[in-house]
Amino acid sequence: MSDFNHRVCPATGLRIHKSAENLIKANAVVAIVFLAVGGLFGLMVALTRWPGVHLLPADWFYLVLTGHGLDVLLVWIIFFEMAVLYFASAILLNSRLAGPRWGWAAFALMLVGAIMTNVAVLQGNSSVMFTSYVPMQAAPHFYLGLVLFAVGALIGCFVFFGTLVVAKQEKTYKGSIPLVTFGAMTAAIIAVFTIASGAIILVPTFLWSVGIIGNIDTLMYKTIWWAMGHSSQQINVAAHVSLWYLIAAVVLGSKPLSEKVSRMAFLMYILFLQLASAHHLLVEPGISSSWKIFNTSYAMYLAVLGSMIHGMSIPGAIESAQRARGFTNGLFEWLRKAPWGNPAFSGMFMSLVMFGFLGGITGVVLGTEQINLIMHNTLYVPGHFHATVVAGTTLTFMAATYLIVPLIFQRELIMKGLARWQPYLFGLGVMGISVFMMGAGTLGVPRRVWDITGADALIKYDYSGAAYLMMGLNGISAIMAALGGLLFVIIIVGSVLFGKRTGDKPLEGMTMTTAANYGSDEHPKIPGTVVLVAIFFTAFILYYFVNWKYLAEVWPLR
Amino acid sequence: MSDAEHSNPPDDENERIPAMQQLLDNPFLLLFLGVVMPTVFYLIWGIMEIISIPIAK
Repeated sequence: MSDFNHRVCPATGLRIHKSAENLIKANAVVAIVFLAVGGLFGLMVALTRWPGVHLLPADWFYLVLTGHGLDVLLVWIIFFEMAVLYFASAILLNSRLAGPRWGWAAFALMLVGAIMTNVAVLQGNSSVMFTSYVPMQAAPHFYLGLVLFAVGALIGCFVFFGTLVVAKQEKTYKGSIPLVTFGAMTAAIIAVFTIASGAIILVPTFLWSVGIIGNIDTLMYKTIWWAMGHSSQQINVAAHVSLWYLIAAVVLGSKPLSEKVSRMAFLMYILFLQLASAHHLLVEPGISSSWKIFNTSYAMYLAVLGSMIHGMSIPGAIESAQRARGFTNGLFEWLRKAPWGNPAFSGMFMSLVMFGFLGGITGVVLGTEQINLIMHNTLYVPGHFHATVVAGTTLTFMAATYLIVPLIFQRELIMKGLARWQPYLFGLGVMGISVFMMGAGTLGVPRRVWDITGADALIKYDYSGAAYLMMGLNGISAIMAALGGLLFVIIIVGSVLFGKRTGDKPLEGMTMTTAANYGSDEHPKIPGTVVLVAIFFTAFILYYFVNWKYLAEVWPLR
Repeated sequence: MSDAEHSNPPDDENERIPAMQQLLDNPFLLLFLGVVMPTVFYLIWGIMEIISIPIAK
């Protein structure tokens, strides 16, 4: 085994490659900066869509909406995912990072690209929203920044794959890679397809913006763009599911119920998850139902099956670990006596529940061609993806950050009392955003519309009072989530800058043994999890068929 | 943590590794599958449908 510049983590005994550590720090810090900027934009969007407040004029609304989507759907998340990839490869495999200079080149390209695109948006002539559908045209540096960002992220993915090769060659592990690393690899594989698709469509769009290409076909753009736009959110799913396994393992020492089954679930992501991008095109007349139904129904359901396996495996692993600690009374003592005061655990578990119940179930509804018609392009869509991307990914990344600060930055958290409450404040706020946007969408409120009252419209549509109530509650929830986000940024930045150094003393309540190894729990008993899964399926079936009934009411067939 | 603790050595070095495990242990084969599947079923199929739409006269 080669020697490399490293330190030995006092908490876990793992060798930590200094280059990997520095890259994790840099990517995580920049990620949090863009989370703060994008979160502020998001608050402004919500306060503008709240009819009683209506904060911004129309041009500013579309500007901040573009910046919000860009910074939180892409920049914050991909920077953090780079940190996850380096952690799951170099740190968990006890290896050196392959090509750290390439890692820094990736970081620099991503940073330059992100700043360039943000500048284009803030200059006011690129308010094309996250999807940047043609024929709307942004400034050339908007597209160029996105391309640079994507190239940087692609390089980061190959640094990850290179590290897998290095670790195997230098025999830093034997047998198969641990499940968390396998999940991160799934994210990296999806990222390669995502970024390649982005390049296929954004490079010609850039050339169109500078006048070299005369026309971009709108349907062609949408089809290829969504291969990037939706798949980028599938990178998130694979990454945050990996972090669920990691957090459960680090905080409770839990092992997967079956490593093989969980790896099969990730394989379903690799094969099928990206095909779900087609659900954005379900009402496009130019594409056949065969293409739509194969990609969204058949393929997407197999990916959903993967998510449901993780959704049972992770709480099951937690229950098994808790029962092994002696919490064996009744069905739910293990859950009641879980470490709810640990923000890493509480954030992870809330994320898991909200991702499944709110994001997962509604994703299947949106992916079904017929019932998609009820809420296509309504506010229901952002309601759904705030449950998957914000409650699912962002809340999980926040939870993981509470582990990264002591493990990688070697600092103790400041304001520990507030840190306990932060995931609840943010999580409940996001839950409100998601539920109330979906409620408003079900009542017909469109997405991306500055003023639903239609004050200056020739022909107005009067939404019901309930729709206005939903928009107000969405605004209140957004304020709550923004406060939770602000608290997170203050706690993490404050801890990194002013937190007490952890030094060489072992970190309390953390173990890396199960996360860094391949292996399953032996003879797990999970009766509580079986009940939770039954509740989930009941909710799933009820909600799914309620929407078919609703379709029959809004679109009567006589 | 020692290397021994960090590993999961097979019980028998000569034990046959199942085909599925070989697949799951090969990141580059998985990368190939993960790129080819959506490229064929989403991108190529989708693009073929779009370019086969008759042009208005």
